[in-house]
Amino acid sequence: MIVAEQKPLEEISKSLEGFENIVIAACGTCVTVCMAGGEKEALKLASVLELNRAEQAVPVKVKVVTPKRQCDVEFLDDMAEEFGGADVILSMGCGAGVQFMAERFRGKLVLPGINTKFIGVAREIGVWTEMCQGCGACILEKTGGVCPVARCSKSNFNGPCGGSMDGKCEIDPNVDCGWQLIYDRLKELDRVEKLYEIVEPKDWRSSRDGGPRSVEKKEMRLDTDI
Amino acid sequence: MVIHLKKEVEVKAMTIEKSKLQTMLEAGLFTVTAEIGPPMSANAEIVKKSARELLDHIDAANVTDNQTAIVRMSSVAACYLASQEGVEPVLQMTCRDRNRIAIQSDLLGAYALGIRNLLCLSGDHQTFGNHPESKNVYDIDSIQLLQGLRKMKEDKVFMSGKPSKLPAEFFLGATANPFAHPEELQLIRLHKKIEAGAQFIQTQAIYDVEQFARWMEKVRAAGLHKKAYFLAGVLVNKSLKSLEMTKKVAGMQVPDYLVERMRKAASYEEEGVSIALELIEKIKKIEGVSGIHIMAVGWESIVPSIVEKAGFLPRPKLNEVVV
Repeated sequence: MIVAEQKPLEEISKSLEGFENIVIAACGTCVTVCMAGGEKEALKLASVLELNRAEQAVPVKVKVVTPKRQCDVEFLDDMAEEFGGADVILSMGCGAGVQFMAERFRGKLVLPGINTKFIGVAREIGVWTEMCQGCGACILEKTGGVCPVARCSKSNFNGPCGGSMDGKCEIDPNVDCGWQLIYDRLKELDRVEKLYEIVEPKDWRSSRDGGPRSVEKKEMRLDTDI
Repeated sequence: MVIHLKKEVEVKAMTIEKSKLQTMLEAGLFTVTAEIGPPMSANAEIVKKSARELLDHIDAANVTDNQTAIVRMSSVAACYLASQEGVEPVLQMTCRDRNRIAIQSDLLGAYALGIRNLLCLSGDHQTFGNHPESKNVYDIDSIQLLQGLRKMKEDKVFMSGKPSKLPAEFFLGATANPFAHPEELQLIRLHKKIEAGAQFIQTQAIYDVEQFARWMEKVRAAGLHKKAYFLAGVLVNKSLKSLEMTKKVAGMQVPDYLVERMRKAASYEEEGVSIALELIEKIKKIEGVSGIHIMAVGWESIVPSIVEKAGFLPRPKLNEVVV
């Protein structure tokens, strides 16, 4: 899932200064699961904003709406009338959600309420960790299902750097060395000999380095003959 | 060698002369190398002074590449300054700050300036340095860099596969840490570095000679000492604090008894030198060790006296080396 974190309250409040009718758009998918921008978090934020404005004697009306996904236009269309009276929309969706909301509701100012962090997993209760950078050319078959691009701080393709110590990364003793994880996994699978292969330089065109990316599934295109 | 160009202009191609370091190692001579850390300024004189101090005491000096991710004078420029003073440089190149375009470009430039030795590194992560907010690159890793540069020599091509009429043909080096774990993984990595193109290996600083000797046994058992020259790293500590800090560095293994010995010493500086000399004495006798690489971070001025006390003088002149 996309993992995100709510922006600091001060930053959100400041960005909403001067607006009276605020619609907070939660998102019902990834950010609900990682508890950054779901309906629950949006309602809590709405209460806090109302309370702050009341303390400052500044009028405000905050409404919370929760599309199933902000990244799918059909869900936005369904709720379009909910945004009608808004002076501003605070999107609690990921970066894709904020931008798609802004495209769909062109007359409205759409502000971000969360910081989008990474593609990751719920590692423990209340802890999410990064697993994938969306580089566009998966090599997990070479590395025992542990990604060196996302999980080695230097995206090394051919083993650990000199900073790997006791299974931890040089940048932080709380961060696992990705290559230790790869080695441990291949050891379990009795496939350590895979590591002798020199992995060639990556073609980064499949990643962000090739410019903004798109995926087209031709059989789904309405204008394509099947 | 004379090349006839289309315009029928005769040009003398740059002589692909081997470095002194490579020539000596191939001749079976024990080498002594040290390091020059470029300054955090544009002051050429600092590099030149370091080089002059080392001159005639070492065979080559590594010139670090923004070590610990702190902005310093470019290693290519500092290598050139050192070579002007008569010290043969070993250019260090990390994968942290440059993509394959910039690396190859800098290396063509370095080669054009007469630099012949190259040490390929991952580079310390930028969070350690003085620009922790910067973006890193890591387009390629150090093994991919070695492989690309070996192909550049053998096939006269860039990493893209496109040809170059006069590519950079460096004497290629890599690093190894005899104390890093898991050992099996580290040895696989060492194998790969040598297979990729490393002709010499500089090791992490050695304090635990017994552990290093066991590691060299494994290197010999795999025949790696026949495929690359192993230059053993020795760090010189000026103070107890410096030794304690060294012990904390990722990948360093400093036995407690050495810290205790330093703690009890009347003079930290004298004890630091004694420890280094004792380490050198033991390490140089280990089979498969082709040279000593002295690292005296922040205390470069001590290197000449260490070299002298270790009995490494006089250093051979290049014209005396018979291959």
